[in-house]
Amino acid sequence: MGLTCAWSYRGSVATVTTQQAGQSAGANPGPKRDPKTGRFGSSVFKKAVMAVTGIIFVLYLIAHMVGNLKAFAGAETFNAYSEFLRDLGEPVVPRLTVLTIIRIVLLVAVAAHIWAAFSLWRQAKRARPIGYVTKKRVQQSYASRTMRWGGVILILFIIWHILDLTLGAVNPAGRDSLPYGRLVEGFQNPIVTVWYLLALLALGFHIRHGVWSATQTLGHSNKRRERALNVFATAFAVVLIGGYMLIPLSVTFGIID
Amino acid sequence: MKLTLRVWRQPSPQVKGKMANYHLTDVSPDMSFLEMLDVLNEQLILEGEDPVAFDHDCREGICGSCGLMINGIAHGPEQTTTCQLHMRSFSDGDTIDIEPWRSGGFPVVKDLVVDRSAFDRIISAGGFISAPTGTAPDAHASPVPKVDADAAFDAATCIGCGACVAACPNGSAMLFTAAKVTHLGLLPQGQPERDSRVVRMVAQQDAEDFGGCTNIGECSAVCPKGISMETISRLNHDLLGALRANAVPTS
Repeated sequence: MGLTCAWSYRGSVATVTTQQAGQSAGANPGPKRDPKTGRFGSSVFKKAVMAVTGIIFVLYLIAHMVGNLKAFAGAETFNAYSEFLRDLGEPVVPRLTVLTIIRIVLLVAVAAHIWAAFSLWRQAKRARPIGYVTKKRVQQSYASRTMRWGGVILILFIIWHILDLTLGAVNPAGRDSLPYGRLVEGFQNPIVTVWYLLALLALGFHIRHGVWSATQTLGHSNKRRERALNVFATAFAVVLIGGYMLIPLSVTFGIID
Repeated sequence: MKLTLRVWRQPSPQVKGKMANYHLTDVSPDMSFLEMLDVLNEQLILEGEDPVAFDHDCREGICGSCGLMINGIAHGPEQTTTCQLHMRSFSDGDTIDIEPWRSGGFPVVKDLVVDRSAFDRIISAGGFISAPTGTAPDAHASPVPKVDADAAFDAATCIGCGACVAACPNGSAMLFTAAKVTHLGLLPQGQPERDSRVVRMVAQQDAEDFGGCTNIGECSAVCPKGISMETISRLNHDLLGALRANAVPTS
């Protein structure tokens, strides 16, 4: 009996689904919006924006990490490197030109990355208006799951970080200090060190999933490369974040003073 | 086997649904999951209650009609369709949560039945080829490289059950769309519409209130046909190629 009932019920559903959208009461009235076939509306385009801007960040982060390691060469080298960044390209273009261009590119990239993330987050929210009572994770990694909140933490951290070590506004060494002084004095406070280490951990997870996701989004992943790509993404994130963590930890343990 | 079932009951799309508890005794471990639900429905009918509505058709794992969220996993603990899942995958005394697919694009019709016509509209947006009518051409008239034929066939095994959407934390239908785009885009017969197909199908999937893909991989892990994440990479590649080629459909 139960079987018959289920069958006859299914019969009526089959009729509903084969009808044109919007005709049958109670059924899916069709898409709530017109399909956007334009260039910028597509979710895949937004993903590509995230991937390309993400690559810009990763390239910048590599350069930034290498620059940070100059702290081990002492105050003079570190401060000179900071000056070099401002003098970059100087005989050709006026002082600060190259650095300003880099800053503008990064700002635009951050804006685009956040725009795409926010837009995709809204789409994802629309895509599951009612949640599951029970939902288990089968395959997702911690890194992939925390991309959105991780991103929010990172933007807050970046703002703090610029106020702290670039401008010196929230640094105990003050605004008129030299970069090396800000570095050493800032990380004397263990709370600041812990905050940096946590943010770096969040950055590591963000990069671990981001590198893999960007490759996939730009259409350069396949079954054969999938494993290697994921291993590379993890290794890259570990090396990069390890390089960054060396500095605050070295200050804490007195290797840099 | 004795089981406790917690089933999503929702009489109609407009009414708010809730989980209801049912107790089943004498469930054979050799029953399929759907046969177990048949037993529940017989019991409900005898008690004068409304039987639980759920979708099913071939019960052979090839039609894509059935699909339930079982204990929080699309199609349950085995990577197969709900109809091919057997009660031996559970233990005596288990509590099993049964919910419908959840997505903005899959509104609940009744109980565990969702309307998946959004998939039909994604297909009609571009999941076809232009083929001359008349006598069928010789099978070897257009040669297809073996690798492409294999990859296209793997993608073509998609039965459109919707488990990818159900499992995706973003509620994205990208694995389904990608399987169709890959299947047709790899074959010579699919080339004329290759650019416009991917643009239109992605646009339709976005318009149907499905989410965007963040390459988490839950979809592929629950796909009864094991459609690979590679198809999504191909879709992305084709879409970006189409945008570069300025192949934006006018209508």
